[in-house]
Amino acid sequence: MKVLLQHLAHTRSGDKGNTSNIAVIAYAPELYPYLKQQLTADKFKAHYAGVVTGKVTRYEIDGLQALNFVAEGALGGGVSRSLCLDNYGKALSARVLSFELDVPETLRKNLRNFG
Amino acid sequence: MKSVVRIGAASAWWGDRIEPARWNAERGDLDYLCFETMAEATISAAQVRKRRDPSFPGYDTYLDDRMQAVLPGCLKRGTKIITNQGWINPDGAAERIVYWLKKLGARGIRVAAVNGSLITERVLQLTGNIMENGKPTATLADTLVSAEAYLGAEPLVEALKQGAHIVVSGRVADPSLFMAPMMYEFGWDALDHDRLGAGNGLGHLMECGAQVTGGYFSDPGFKDVPEAWNLAFPIVEAQADGSAVLSKISGTGGAVNLMTVKEQMLYEVHDPANYITPDVIVDFTSARLEQTGTDRVRITHISGKPRTPTLKVSIGCTEGYIGEDMFFYAGPGALRRAQLAKTILEERFKIVKLDAEEVRIDFLGVNAIHGAMTPRDAPEPYEIAVRVAARTRTREEAIKVGREVDGMAVSGIGMTGKRVPHQDRTREIIGVWSSLVPRDKIVPSINFLET
Repeated sequence: MKVLLQHLAHTRSGDKGNTSNIAVIAYAPELYPYLKQQLTADKFKAHYAGVVTGKVTRYEIDGLQALNFVAEGALGGGVSRSLCLDNYGKALSARVLSFELDVPETLRKNLRNFG
Repeated sequence: MKSVVRIGAASAWWGDRIEPARWNAERGDLDYLCFETMAEATISAAQVRKRRDPSFPGYDTYLDDRMQAVLPGCLKRGTKIITNQGWINPDGAAERIVYWLKKLGARGIRVAAVNGSLITERVLQLTGNIMENGKPTATLADTLVSAEAYLGAEPLVEALKQGAHIVVSGRVADPSLFMAPMMYEFGWDALDHDRLGAGNGLGHLMECGAQVTGGYFSDPGFKDVPEAWNLAFPIVEAQADGSAVLSKISGTGGAVNLMTVKEQMLYEVHDPANYITPDVIVDFTSARLEQTGTDRVRITHISGKPRTPTLKVSIGCTEGYIGEDMFFYAGPGALRRAQLAKTILEERFKIVKLDAEEVRIDFLGVNAIHGAMTPRDAPEPYEIAVRVAARTRTREEAIKVGREVDGMAVSGIGMTGKRVPHQDRTREIIGVWSSLVPRDKIVPSINFLET
């Protein structure tokens, strides 16, 4: 079944210069393999099209059931130069909550706040 | 040697709340209380302010508030303080802390000022290329405001060894502020990368204060925390092997759980196996977390790799100005009026020959935060703010933004909501660039004061 990422994972973004890192952390260990398999760096970049202008690198932290996406050129030139109201990109991590994944019906009970 | 050192956070940035610092000082039963009060551009902004206003003392503008809040509790318990509130004037900050100590009648308290991070005069000789664009740092010569090297924990530990009860510094890497007490109390060697990796990892969890106790976290229905209006700052109970329990004082809101710790562990981290600090390279990928009680998370196996031969340098430069303002629409048709307003502004900027590097006109409520990522089928909101911003070389150009928004009042379109013009609608940009400096070129110095 199709499910939005917000039911599988929680997220936080941080800034360094013109680069934003967005951590995607599975709510349950059972959900992590689906994130790892389907939320690739390319898919991530496509989901942030128009805002992330540079390279996206994905780091896997299996021990924490987390993925860390490092998105270059995401902060309008950097915190002090950016014309975006959210200079730090604090709200950028919310975007990936709308990424759609395909997960088996059997995992329904592991999903957060779903149905 | 202590078997456990209790270290509490007292601030995560300049504008942080004061009250949770007082709670940690009074109720945290702490060996150490640590303040982190800077952002990337804090030093440069302080230099600019000092140039304009020679009476600006150059240290944390909330130093008085923070010290008044925590000193009574810290003196009573014998809690030592580590703080980077010195900004561009650690000696001045130390003198001011002594002033508050004397007011409280404290005797025999030793305050250390750690200097040596400011390298504005030498930075162009000491550094090679800019990390962000590969150009020589010499290209920044004309716009240079300030440069500082990120010190590690070593000078803080040296101050503690020489009997300091309170250590106040300029720029020190955030995690190092929190690791210094572990290094000192447990006698960790500066090259013991396993333990320093663990210690810096714990420092990283502490440096953003409430971001690990339920702040920057809540999302109703998905991630709820109790009493989100009443958050405490974290406490780490560190052990000599680099393991620890993270917690907070009871009777406060928020939460310390696996989710809050994981989010903070990866906050502002790029490669989680290679998080570079002045002291060590931290590897978070080996970390193990365990919830051992309510608001208690045990953290083990954060590891480390040998430190780099260089220290990071931040170079602040003047880069022009930003002018910005906003006005409002509501009710049926709000979006169509906002769109016409955008067209009018675009034409006006041509007429007044606005010379800008970038102009951005957003509809707050539609696309001001997520920009081009906003879904095409997003529903039209009931209310919209039109927010316009431009980045320019001169203040005169930046002022044009607010002046054209002023014009929208009587020469604009129907039903335009506006604020009373009440604020400076331009601000100066201080761009921050990074470079590296050989470690041996930076020699910190320590001055002591005593009550």
